[in-house]
Amino acid sequence: MYQYDKYDQTMIDQRVAQFRDQTRRFLAGELTEEQFRPLRLMNGLYIQIHAPMLRVAVPYGMMSSRQVRKIAEVARRYDKGFVHFTTRQNFQMNWPKLEDVPDILAELASVQMHAIQSSGNCIRNTTSDQLAGVNANEIEDPRPWAEIIRQWSTFHPEFAYLPRKFKIAVVGSHEDRAATKLHDIGLHLVKNHEGDVGFEVLVGGGLGRTPIIGEQIRPFLEKQDLLSYLEAILRVYNRLGRRDNKYKARIKITVREHGINHIRELVEAEWVHIRDQLKLDKKEVERVKQYFTEPAYELDAADSDSSYADLLAQDKEFALWVKQNTADHKVSGYRAVYVSLKKPGQAPGDITSEQLEVVADLADEFSFGEVRSTHTQNLVYTDVKQADLYALWLRLNAENLATPNINTLTDIICCPGLDYCGLANATSIPLSKGIAQRFDDLDYLHDLGDIKIKFSGCMNGCAHQSVGHIGILGVDKKGEEWYQFTLGGSSEADASLGERLGRAIPKDEVVDTVAHLLDAYIDLRYEDESFLATVRRIGVDPFKERVYAADH
Amino acid sequence: MQQIIKDREIVEDNWQHLDDEAALVAGNITVSITRWQEQHETLSHHEGGLGIRLSGDDPLEEIVPDLGRFQLVVLLFPAFTDGRCYSYARLLRDRYNFKGEIRAQGDVLYDQLFYMSQCGINSFELANPNRLTQALAAFDDFSESYQATVLRPEPLFRRR
Repeated sequence: MYQYDKYDQTMIDQRVAQFRDQTRRFLAGELTEEQFRPLRLMNGLYIQIHAPMLRVAVPYGMMSSRQVRKIAEVARRYDKGFVHFTTRQNFQMNWPKLEDVPDILAELASVQMHAIQSSGNCIRNTTSDQLAGVNANEIEDPRPWAEIIRQWSTFHPEFAYLPRKFKIAVVGSHEDRAATKLHDIGLHLVKNHEGDVGFEVLVGGGLGRTPIIGEQIRPFLEKQDLLSYLEAILRVYNRLGRRDNKYKARIKITVREHGINHIRELVEAEWVHIRDQLKLDKKEVERVKQYFTEPAYELDAADSDSSYADLLAQDKEFALWVKQNTADHKVSGYRAVYVSLKKPGQAPGDITSEQLEVVADLADEFSFGEVRSTHTQNLVYTDVKQADLYALWLRLNAENLATPNINTLTDIICCPGLDYCGLANATSIPLSKGIAQRFDDLDYLHDLGDIKIKFSGCMNGCAHQSVGHIGILGVDKKGEEWYQFTLGGSSEADASLGERLGRAIPKDEVVDTVAHLLDAYIDLRYEDESFLATVRRIGVDPFKERVYAADH
Repeated sequence: MQQIIKDREIVEDNWQHLDDEAALVAGNITVSITRWQEQHETLSHHEGGLGIRLSGDDPLEEIVPDLGRFQLVVLLFPAFTDGRCYSYARLLRDRYNFKGEIRAQGDVLYDQLFYMSQCGINSFELANPNRLTQALAAFDDFSESYQATVLRPEPLFRRR
C-alpha cells in the first residue's frame, strides 16, 4: 500500500499543528463556534448528541496492521474502546473529548493516517472497490488512481469552501462495489475500441433527500488527463453550484438544473485551459503504482494443498462460511475473506479495540499485513491462501467476526441514527438489531440469498436506503418514529432507486413488515430468482398488498 | 486609515471603496462592477489608482477586457464559507494574467489566508483587524502543497 514520503508526512504533521492551534484558539474564545465549525469539520470533527464525533479517513479502505493496532489503541485510550466503520470506508469514534482531538490526530499521523476533509463542504475521502487488485475481472487496479486523487484533493486551496460536500469514487471493473453511480463524481476504468485504458466519467450522482443516479459526462478520458478533468469539473461546480439553499447545493442539483449537456460544455471549455498544466507524467504514475504491486503469492498455493477440500467436505459450518464470506481471487489458491461486522445483536459496522488487535494479528499472519474496509461496513483480507482459511476461520469465529452473512439480509447497512446523531429523526441501530435477531436462522438466510437492507434514521440517508433492495427510512411524525419502506434499489452496476412501498410503518411493525416482504418474495420468486430481480419483474404492488393487508 | 495585510506585511490601506452613489474623490478608489460598466468613460479619466470590486455573483469574464485599467481587484467574501472567489483569484492570475493587487474583503479570517494566498490573493482586509500580527503566521501553516497553485505553478508530482 502507499507509504508517505517526507512531503506527505510533513503536510499531515503541519495539519495537526494547525488544528491544535485552532482548537486552542476556540477553547480560549478567540474563535466563535461558527468560525470553528468549518475548521473542525475539515478535520472530521462533528458535535453530536452525547459528545464530539471524529471521523477518520481510510483512503480507499486500505489499512496496514500497524494502523489497525493504532486505531485500537486510540479508541481504547481516548474513546470507549470501539470504532464504527462507515459506508465510505472511513471509521468514526463517537466519544472523544474535544480537547483530546489534536492528540488523537497526532497519534494517527504517526502511522500515516488523518481525518483531513472527512467532513465539511470540501472534497471527501476517495473511495474504491475493496477487491481492487485481486479481482480477476479487473481492467486495471484503481488504487494508484485513487491515491493520485487523494493527493490532488488534499488541501486543494481552491476547493475548500465548495457549495456542499463532494465525493469521488473510482473502480476498475464492471462490478461496482463502491456505489460510483451515487457519487458526485464516479470514475470507471474502461477499455476503448483501440484497447487503451482510460476513465469513463460520471457526474451528479448522490443520495440524501434527492437521490439521483450519476450521468456520463465523458465516455473516455485519457488517464494522464485525470487531474485536469477533475479540476475542471470542480471549478465549474464551485462557481455555478447553488449557495442559497443547502438542500440544492450538491452537484447533482447543479447538473439537474443546468442539464448534463450544458455542464459538459462548461467543463470541456474549462478543461482546454488547464489540461497541459496538470497532465500526469509517467514518472509520477509509476512512483505511485510501485506501492500497489502484487505481494509475493505462492503460485502453487492451490496445487500444494489438499487439506482445504477435505475440510470443506468435513465441516459444514466452515463450508458455509467459505461460501458466504469469501470471494474469488485472481490467483488460484487464494481467496478474499470478509470479516463480518454484522453479528446479529451488535451495531452494524462496530468493532472493539480487542477485535481490532486480533484483526491486525491475523492480517500479519494470513494476508500480507493488510486489511481493507468495505462500502458495506465490513472488513476484508484480500490475499488469504486457501490452506490458511480454516485456521483463519477458527480465529475469527472466536472473536465473533465470522458470522456467515455477507450479502445476506442481516448484512445490513445502517447509520448511527437517533442513538448518536444530532440529525436523525428516528432510531436505526436497535431496529437493525431486531431484524438481524429475528432472521438469524442461517438456512433461511442463505435460502433468501442476496438481499441488501439499508436503514437510515433520517432523510440525509447516510445508510443509502434509496438504493437498498429493501430501504428503510426513519421519519418523525408529530414526535413519533415512523418508517418509510422502499423496494428495488441498487447501488451497483445496475444502479436504480427504490420505489416507495406505501404509507409509513410504525416502529413496532418494522420487523414484521420485513417478514411479510420476505414471505411474499418466497411465494412469488422463480427458482433461483434474487429478491431484486423479483421486485424488478413484478413491481412493488404484490409486496404492498401483502404488507398492508396484514394490517387487517 | 485601516491596516491591512499586503504581501505578508502589515501596511496602511491607501484605497477608498466608493459606493455606487458616492461622489468621486481624488486618490485611489475602487468601484463596483455595476458602476464601472455604467461610468467607465468617466472612470477611465480618474487620476488616482482605480480598482474594481467583484463578488462571486458578478460575471468575471465581462471585465476581462478592462483588466488593464485596474491596479486592484477586490474579491468579496460575504461569508467565509462562500468559496467562489477562490476560483476568481486563480482565473485572474493563471488565465487572465492579472499582475496587480488582488484583495480579499469581507468575512476574511486568519484560517483562510493560506489557501487564499495559494490562489493568488495578495492583500487582505481581515474581518478582525485586531489580530493582524497573529494572522501573519497563517501564511506558513503549510510548507508544501500537492496542487499546482498560483504561488507554485508546478504541482508537487513534477517536483518530487
